Amino acid sequence: MHYVGFALQWLMKALAVVLAITVLNFLIVRLAPGDPAIVMAGEAGAADSQFLAQVRKDFGLDRPIYVQLATYVGKVLTLDLGRSYRTRRPVGDMLLERLPATLLLTGTAYIFALIVGALLGAIAAAKAHTFLDSVLTAVALVFYATPIFWVGLLLILVFSVQLGWLPPFGMHSLIPVKGTLWQMLDTLKHLVLPALTLGLFYVAVYVRLTRASMLDTASLEYVKTARAKGLPEWRVLTAHILRTALIPIITFAGMQAGNLVGGAIVVETVFAWPGIGRLAFDALFQRDYNILLGVFLISALMVVFFNMLTDLAVRVADPRVGSRT
Amino acid sequence: MRRILRRVMQNRGAVAGGVVLAVILVCAVAAPLIAPGDPMATRGRPLLPPGGQFPFGTDMLGRDVLAGIVHGARISLLIGVMSTFAAVLIGVTVGAIAGFFGGWVDEVLVRFTEFFQTIPSFVFAILLVAIMRPGLASIIIAIAVVTWPPIARLARSEFMSIRHREFVEAAVLSGVSQGRIIVTEVLPNAASPLIVVSSLMVATAILTESALSFLGLGDPNHISWGYMVGAARTVFRQAWWLSVFPGLAIALTVLAINLVGEGLNDALNPHLKGRIGA
Repeated sequence: MHYVGFALQWLMKALAVVLAITVLNFLIVRLAPGDPAIVMAGEAGAADSQFLAQVRKDFGLDRPIYVQLATYVGKVLTLDLGRSYRTRRPVGDMLLERLPATLLLTGTAYIFALIVGALLGAIAAAKAHTFLDSVLTAVALVFYATPIFWVGLLLILVFSVQLGWLPPFGMHSLIPVKGTLWQMLDTLKHLVLPALTLGLFYVAVYVRLTRASMLDTASLEYVKTARAKGLPEWRVLTAHILRTALIPIITFAGMQAGNLVGGAIVVETVFAWPGIGRLAFDALFQRDYNILLGVFLISALMVVFFNMLTDLAVRVADPRVGSRT
Repeated sequence: MRRILRRVMQNRGAVAGGVVLAVILVCAVAAPLIAPGDPMATRGRPLLPPGGQFPFGTDMLGRDVLAGIVHGARISLLIGVMSTFAAVLIGVTVGAIAGFFGGWVDEVLVRFTEFFQTIPSFVFAILLVAIMRPGLASIIIAIAVVTWPPIARLARSEFMSIRHREFVEAAVLSGVSQGRIIVTEVLPNAASPLIVVSSLMVATAILTESALSFLGLGDPNHISWGYMVGAARTVFRQAWWLSVFPGLAIALTVLAINLVGEGLNDALNPHLKGRIGA
């Protein structure tokens, strides 16, 4: 694999996405009813005239529209995402502060969902048309249909309110714990419920997908050959079927990454998880549009990042992909 | 048509889903009869547990939860169907043009579709609704704008394969206009996979709407299930019924639509059994 080529290729993709989202953001703000300065500065009335004048000057809103677009793109490319109307702080700084919490949550949920989903899906496929398969498929369908905010609330009701096992909100205990190891354990304890909530929906997706993909692969000729060679069944399942069946699953997982970030907004709201999603939720109430535009941009970049990881994973699972390009 | 119906009826899941969906549909249509008056109005003491006069209890403002569920069904189904309709309209138009004409038109439209598919759709929907101001129309538009790409891709591949069949070539040779060929010759033959995917999209749209209203981006003039769960969040430890019933309503509706959609899939596209909808 050519690592330099790979990195360059994804860097270009990231740049293209940033440009495209920036133009889209620009158009969306102009789509809103009223003065774009007021939209960018927050709700009318709440923003004072001095701040409005500053926004107009910063974004060149008194100049022709193409100059405005160029100004805006230039600002975003130099990582200037404007200021939050509420805190008056640069949006870029606020997003970067919150990014680690969101990456921890989405990353954990993503890996949990992929491993558990593929595993349960493989079991369902291996035991196709048995009672176990029916149960797994039915449970997956139920979780697929259930809104994640509701799953989150129910998990809090059971594991925090009733059983008192896990904390219902936040990322750290209110009384700070001493020692790095204990702090990590504390965060881990807070992470379980939100990651489970976000992950369960995708577990359901991957169970369904893995099962279908494995049953498709199992009917292929080379699998029959492997069986005819007298390989033990578990070898056929793991080395021949699962490995091939995994590729569409990993590819699909990459496509789903965008929704994972969207789901994080809901989950972070339910669990008061201090990430980008929670920031977006607060911004919604204050109509702090600059933050929302920034969240949109950074979540698109997170999709590119997850897609890059997916591409890497596919190359590992299927060496042919890397050599073809 | 009758054969398709018979095949769907043989699928137990689809029948169960159909029955549940029918009940929800009746609730939605008969909402003013089942729970007369404004569901947003105060009816009794706040936070009454389920039972007696209020089978599903009352919320923190003393509103009847059952009335909210019944009237909320209207909003969920309306938004689910309307936004899917709009998404299919956009998706089929883009996909049909790309698949029928091919060449650079196809190239441009495919790139356009791919871009919309990679952007985080729920975040985009939030942004659109927030900027356009929450309301039925803005929610429907936002959901349609973020969900059309899979339809476009499917329509494109169907149109590409049908475009070169003999009956289409014959129509081209006999001088029928291209627009007419697309609508009268190709579209009917591409319909069945599109119907399956759009039926499943209604379920996704309902989930998206519920998440938007949960975040406070619902239409402020209409009660909806997501709004009910979201509003009850602060008191859900004391009053479980406020979040449990509307959440159950969402899950049941989405489940029912998925079951019917899968039944339709098995009946209309037997060769695709189990592949769509994961």
